[in-house]
Amino acid sequence: MEIPKQLIPLEDTPGEFVINVGPQHPSTHGVLHLRIKLDGEKILEIEPHLGYIHRGIEKISESLGYRQSIYLTSRMDYLSAHMNNQACSLLVEKGLQIEVPDRAKAIRILMVELQRLASHQLWWGSAGLDMGAVSPFFFAFREREQILEIFEETCGTRLTMNYITPGGVMNDLHPDFVKKVKALIKQFKVNIHEYDKLLTGNIIFQKRTQNVGFLPRDLAISLGASGPVARASGISCDIRKLHPYDGYEKLDFSEIVMDKGDSFTRYLVRIEEMKQSMHIIDQLIDNIPEGDYRARVKGIIRLPEGEYYQRVETARGELGVFVVSDGNKTPYRIKYRTPNFSNLGALQYIAKDSKIGDLVAIMATLDLIIPDIDR
Amino acid sequence: MKALFRYFSSIFSAFKSLWTGMRLTFYYLSHPKTILTQQYPENRKTLYIPEAFKGEVVLIHDENNEHGCTACRMCEMTCPNGTIKITSITEETEDGKKKKILDEWIYNLGMCTFCAQCIEACPQNAIKMQNTFEHSVYDRKELIKKLNHPGSKLKSTKKI
Amino acid sequence: MILMIGFKDITLWIHQMLSGYLNPGWVVASEALLVGLAMILLVVIMAVAMIYMERKVAGFMQLRLGPMRVGLWGSMQAFADVLKLLLKECLTPNGADKLLFSLAPFVVLTVSFLALAPFSFAPGLQLWDLNIGVLYISAVSSIGVIGILMAGWSSNNKYSLLGGMRSGAQIVSYELSAGLSIIAIVIMCGSLSIHDIILSQSDGWWIFKGHLPAMFAFVVFVIASTAELNRAPFDLAEAEQELTAGFHTEYSGMQFAMFFLAEYTNMFIVSMVGTTVFLGGWMPFHIVGFEAFNHLMDYVPSFIWFFGKTFFILFLIMWFRWTFPRMRIDQLLKLEWKYLLPLSIINIVIAAFITIMGWHF
Ligand code: SF4
Ligand code: SF4
Repeated sequence: MEIPKQLIPLEDTPGEFVINVGPQHPSTHGVLHLRIKLDGEKILEIEPHLGYIHRGIEKISESLGYRQSIYLTSRMDYLSAHMNNQACSLLVEKGLQIEVPDRAKAIRILMVELQRLASHQLWWGSAGLDMGAVSPFFFAFREREQILEIFEETCGTRLTMNYITPGGVMNDLHPDFVKKVKALIKQFKVNIHEYDKLLTGNIIFQKRTQNVGFLPRDLAISLGASGPVARASGISCDIRKLHPYDGYEKLDFSEIVMDKGDSFTRYLVRIEEMKQSMHIIDQLIDNIPEGDYRARVKGIIRLPEGEYYQRVETARGELGVFVVSDGNKTPYRIKYRTPNFSNLGALQYIAKDSKIGDLVAIMATLDLIIPDIDR
Repeated sequence: MKALFRYFSSIFSAFKSLWTGMRLTFYYLSHPKTILTQQYPENRKTLYIPEAFKGEVVLIHDENNEHGCTACRMCEMTCPNGTIKITSITEETEDGKKKKILDEWIYNLGMCTFCAQCIEACPQNAIKMQNTFEHSVYDRKELIKKLNHPGSKLKSTKKI
Repeated sequence: MILMIGFKDITLWIHQMLSGYLNPGWVVASEALLVGLAMILLVVIMAVAMIYMERKVAGFMQLRLGPMRVGLWGSMQAFADVLKLLLKECLTPNGADKLLFSLAPFVVLTVSFLALAPFSFAPGLQLWDLNIGVLYISAVSSIGVIGILMAGWSSNNKYSLLGGMRSGAQIVSYELSAGLSIIAIVIMCGSLSIHDIILSQSDGWWIFKGHLPAMFAFVVFVIASTAELNRAPFDLAEAEQELTAGFHTEYSGMQFAMFFLAEYTNMFIVSMVGTTVFLGGWMPFHIVGFEAFNHLMDYVPSFIWFFGKTFFILFLIMWFRWTFPRMRIDQLLKLEWKYLLPLSIINIVIAAFITIMGWHF
C-alpha cells in the first residue's frame, strides 16, 4: 500500500482532466467531495476531501455530560443510531459497573437488529438508485417504513432515537411491538425475494458489480476496514461474535464471510446479513424476559478516573468509543472510531483504473454515511 | 461450437433475468392496491401518530390551570442545547416563608432535538412530550414558546 | 357518421376552400403553415400525454400514486411544470460558447420535428408520402446527436462534455442496429415508403407475417431505439448518479424544456416507426378466418389503432426505464458490437432468404 503524498492539482493537463464529484452530487449521499483525475472515462486518481459537515461532535462532548453526549452520537451514523447509543451506554455501564436487566438487553438487541435491517434496506434501495434503477428504492422503503413506525411507537422518534441509555432503555416496549415485528418479519421474508428479482439476479446489475472494485484481504486489514466491506474480503471481524455484548453470545447466528472482495460480494454479504438479522429477531421476539427495562443510574454520571473503550458492530462495521475520564461529570477526551472513515480509505485504492460508472457502484457497495466520516 | 452455445445461452439467461424484473414491476403496476402513499393533508383525520411520538415538550396543566413545576431548573441544566429557559420569582407565602415560584417556562422548539432528557430529569414529572407535529410557522420567533399558561399556579401538594 | 368522412375528405375540403380565396402560391404557403401548426399541436399534446403517462406508470410501479395535486389526479401537472420553466431564467454559464450553447436546444428540437414529416397517422392523413420515408427518418433522426454534442461541448462543464461524448458514441453505434432491424422488414415488404409499408400489412402485421426474423428485428429495434433515445437503461448521456445531468447539466428554464420536449418527441417518433414498420401502422388487427372478428376490428377508427400501438411501444420503453439499472459505457458498446450488430446482420440474411423463397405470407 502506498500512501499518496500529493494532492491532485486542480489544473487539467493534456489528455487528463480533473473533476470535482461533490460536495453536491447525486451519488455521494451527502456532502462527500471527491476530486478525480480522469483520462476520458477512466479514473486515474481519486482523492476524498472531508470536512463539509464536520460538527465537532467529539469536542462538543467534552463540554457536555455523558448523558448529553450520547444523544449526539445518533447524529453520526444516522442509520445506526441505536448502535451508536448502545456503544456509549455500554461504555458508561462498564465504567460504573452497572448490571443491565435481561429485559433491557433483549430489547436492545431487538432494536439494534431492526435498525440493521432498516439500514441495509435503505442501502439496498440507494445502491439500486446509484446504478440507475429507481424502483428498488421504493420497494426498500416499504419495509423500512414499517420498521421506522415500530421505532416511532416505542422510542418516539424515527431516525435519531436516543432510546438506548445507560442502564437499559428509555421506556418500555409498546404493547403492539411484538405483534408488529412478527408481521414485519413474516412479510419481509417474502419480500426479500423481490430484492433478488430486481437487482441480485439482474444481468445488468451483475455486470456492473461483478469483478469491479476488488478490495484485497491485506489491503482491507491495513486500512482497518470493517463490517460488510471487510467481511466480503474474507476477514472475520463481526464484533457481535468476537467480543459479544448485551447477550449476543447466547444467540445463534452466523457471521457472513465471503472472500472474493468485489462489489457484488459486498452486496451479497449485506443481503445475507439481513437474513441473519431476521434470524436473530426470530429467536428473541417470543422470549423477551419480563422485568425492569432499566437499571437505576444516577442523573449525573461521573465515570471513575481512567480510560475506557467499547466497540459494537454497527450496520457498517466496527464503532469504537474511547473515553478518558478524569472523574468529572464530563469526559476529558472522547474519541469515536467510526467504521465509515476507515472504509472510505479503501475507495481511492479500489476505484483506481475503473470507469466513472464503476466509481458510483463502488461507493454504493461501500455504503458510506458521510456524517459518520466527518463527525 | 461450445463457444457458440455459451454465446446464445448467455443471451437467453440475460433476457430471462430481465424478464423477472419486468414481471415484478408489472405486477405492481397492475395491482394499484399495493400503493403505499398516503395523501397527507387529506387524511389528517385518520392519520395515526403514536402516543409516544416526540413532537414537542409541554408543561402539564390540570383542569384547575395548575402545573407541577417547582422551578427547580433540573430540565434546564440537563438539556444539551439550551432549549429551556426557566425564570422564577420569589414570593412570600402567608406564613412568611419565601418561596420560589415559576414565572416563565420558555421553550425554544427550533432548538429542541427531542431527546427527552428534560422529561427524564424532571423530579416532579411536570413536563411531557406531546405527539403534535405540525409545527411549521412563518417566523422563527414563533417557535419560542412560553409553556406555562397565563394565570397558572403551582399544584397544591396538600391533599384536601 | 363522422368516421365515414375520412381524413382525405377533410384535407381536400380545406384545400378547396383555400383555393377559392387565394392564389396557388399563397395556398401552398398557408397550407404549410397550417400543417406546421397542426404538427406542433400534435407533438405538444402527445408530449403532455406521455409525460403524464410516464409519471403515472413510474408511480404505480413504485407503489406510489404519482402526481395528484394539480388538476384531477394530477392531470394538469405538466402544464404547471411548463409554466414554472417558462418563468425561470435561462442561464448561460461563464465561459460557455454562447452561440452553440443557445443553438443546441433548437437543433435537437428541430431535428425531432423534421423526422415527423413522412408519418401516416391514418388513411389519408400523411404530410409527405416520401418514397424513401423510412430512410429519411433514420437519416434525419441521427442529426440529433449533433445538438447533444454541441450542448455538451459548449457548456464549459466537464460533466456535460462527458455526457455529450458518451451520447455521441452511443447514438452512432446504435443507429446501425436500429437501421438494420428496419431493413429486415423493408426487404420483406420491398418498399421504403411509409405508405406502402402500411398497405403491405393489410393482411397481417409484419411482426406476425415475417416469422422469426421479424420478431427478432422487433426486439432489436426496441432495444436499439431505447439506446438511441438515451433512456434508461441506456441513459448514460445524462446518467444522473454519475454525471449529475450529463449534457444538459447547465441548461435551465425553457432551454432545458426544449431538450425535454425533444426527448419525448423522439420517443414518440421511435414508437411510431415501430408501429408503422412492425405493428401494421393504422391497420386493424385481423385474424385470418375469423370474419366476424375482423369486421368488428374494422369499426375501430384507424387513428385509434395507430395511437394505441404507439402507446404500447411507449409503454414498453417506460417499463424498461423503471425496472432496470443503468449499463456502463463499455458494456453498452459491447452489447451493440458483440451482440446486436452481428445478430442483426445474420437476421437480415435470413430475412432476405425468406423473401427470396417467398415463405412469408
Ligand atoms: S427534549 Fe432534549 S433538546 Fe428538547 S428541551 Fe428536552 S432536553 Fe432539551
Ligand atoms: S419542569 Fe421539572 S425539572 Fe423543569 S423546572 Fe419544572 S419541576 Fe424542575
